[in-house]
Order: sequence, then structure tokens, then C-alpha cells
Amino acid sequence: MLEIGQKAPDFTLPGVDGATHSLATLLAGHKAVAVIFSCNHCPYVRAWEDRMIAIQRDYGSRGAALVAINANDARRYPDDDFDSMKKRAAEQGFNFPYLRDETQEIARAYGATHTPHVFVLDAGGVLRYQGAIDDSYEDPGSVEFPYLRDTLDAVLAGQAPKIAVTDAVGCTIKWK
Amino acid sequence: MQIDFLYWAECPSHPQAWQRLQDALDALAIEAEIRRVEIATDEAAARWRFPGSPTILIDGQDIDPAAENLPARLTCRLYYRDDGRPSPLPPESMIRRALAAAQAREHLP
Repeated sequence: MLEIGQKAPDFTLPGVDGATHSLATLLAGHKAVAVIFSCNHCPYVRAWEDRMIAIQRDYGSRGAALVAINANDARRYPDDDFDSMKKRAAEQGFNFPYLRDETQEIARAYGATHTPHVFVLDAGGVLRYQGAIDDSYEDPGSVEFPYLRDTLDAVLAGQAPKIAVTDAVGCTIKWK
Repeated sequence: MQIDFLYWAECPSHPQAWQRLQDALDALAIEAEIRRVEIATDEAAARWRFPGSPTILIDGQDIDPAAENLPARLTCRLYYRDDGRPSPLPPESMIRRALAAAQAREHLP
């Protein structure tokens, strides 16, 4: 598992938009990058998906970027294949890159375990937070701790987040 | 009334779903035999026609009428709350409706 304070591994992965996206390029243009291991089929992801879109909308102009990576084994979970990812992104209007980690190497390098599992990096690519998006997957109105938003606020201000690690609640990543 | 509570341990929603079932039973003052069944393999999922965790069957019927066409597999199950939001948990209202319907069937002549 990538530890707080460690530099995150770079990646170069295909996106549903037809482009190839690298962490290095994202970091070059942003003060904070939230790498979210995600997928299509998991109901926890579905429950949080609109909040991911809202966070990108709210923080994009402030210098942060979200990027979602799907590493699930699409042979056993066909909803997570690349074509289905393209469809999901279009249907939901994803405003962030949605990438395919077919070999699962990036998910393993980060130590991702669940979907969604968030890793927030500062402009230097150093891990500042890992865990959940917030503390209430089922009801956005019940959120007491908006971990990802609080982390982005802190990192954009050049500070360390008050909470650096939480449990990533969700579906397990479907390994090959 | 026979209730089967099917779950896959890898999906973390089952303890909360179990509690919702208990709360719904208490609210409706229903005493029922509940069988907890852990689904751990693809074979068991196929045998039970398990569309994901958790799944609650009341007298053999899924509490969600929309479950009929779902494929059997080891996964977390997607439900929809009454406000339309997706959730990994069955809403208590759905559990209560299914329990009330089963109760009504029991009282049919």
C-alpha cells in the first residue's frame, strides 16, 4: 500500500475519451490530483458517482483534478469492460478522465483494495490522503465528514489534511 | 413466514441490511424463521440464483420485484431508494412492503 508521504507511481492509461492519460501530465497542470479507483458495477460507486462529478465541478477551477481508474477483471464482471465504461461515462456525463487499468498493475502499485478508493496527491505527486470520499455512501444529506473535499481544500491551501487515512468502503477490486 | 437472508461476506453491506430486516420485523411485530445463508462461490450463487449481496427472500420471493431478470453472481447488489438514489442497501421501506405483502398472503383464506 502506498503510504502517506510517499510519491505515487506514475501511470499512462487509456481513457474512455480515446486519449491516453498520464499522472505526470495531470500533475503538471494541477495543484492536487485525486486518483479514484472505481468501476461500473459497484453500488457503492453508483451511490457516490454524482458526488464525484460535483467535486470535479467544484474543484476543477481551483486547480484540482479527479481521475477514475477501473482495474476490475472484466472477464468475470463484464459490466466493467472498456465499452461499458465508455457507455457509463457518457450516460452519467463524467467530467473527469475514466481510465482502464487492464493489467491491474496500477491498482496493485497503489495498494487499492476497493471501489471507490481515493488517493489524493499534491502537486509533487506525494500522497496526502487515502480512503473514502466521505462518511455516508447512502445519503449525501447525512455526510458529516466530507473527507475528499476537506483534503482538497487543505492541499490546495498548501496544508496537510486533518484526516489522512480512512477506510475505503465499497466493493472489493475484482482481481484476475 | 420463512425468510432467507443471503449474503456474500466480501460485500460490507450485509450487517446493516441484516439490522434493517430486524428493524422492519420489529416494527411490524412479525415473528419469522430467518435462515442466514453465506454465498461464497459462483456455484452457490448460481444454485441460489443469487443476484448479489444482500438478497432477502420472503417465502422464496425476492423483496425487490425488479430482481427477476438479474444474473446470478458474486457481487454487491444495487438497490434504489425511494428517492431514486442508488444504494448497496435495500431500503427499509422495501423490506416492510415485502413483509406486509407476505403477511397478507398468510391471512388469505
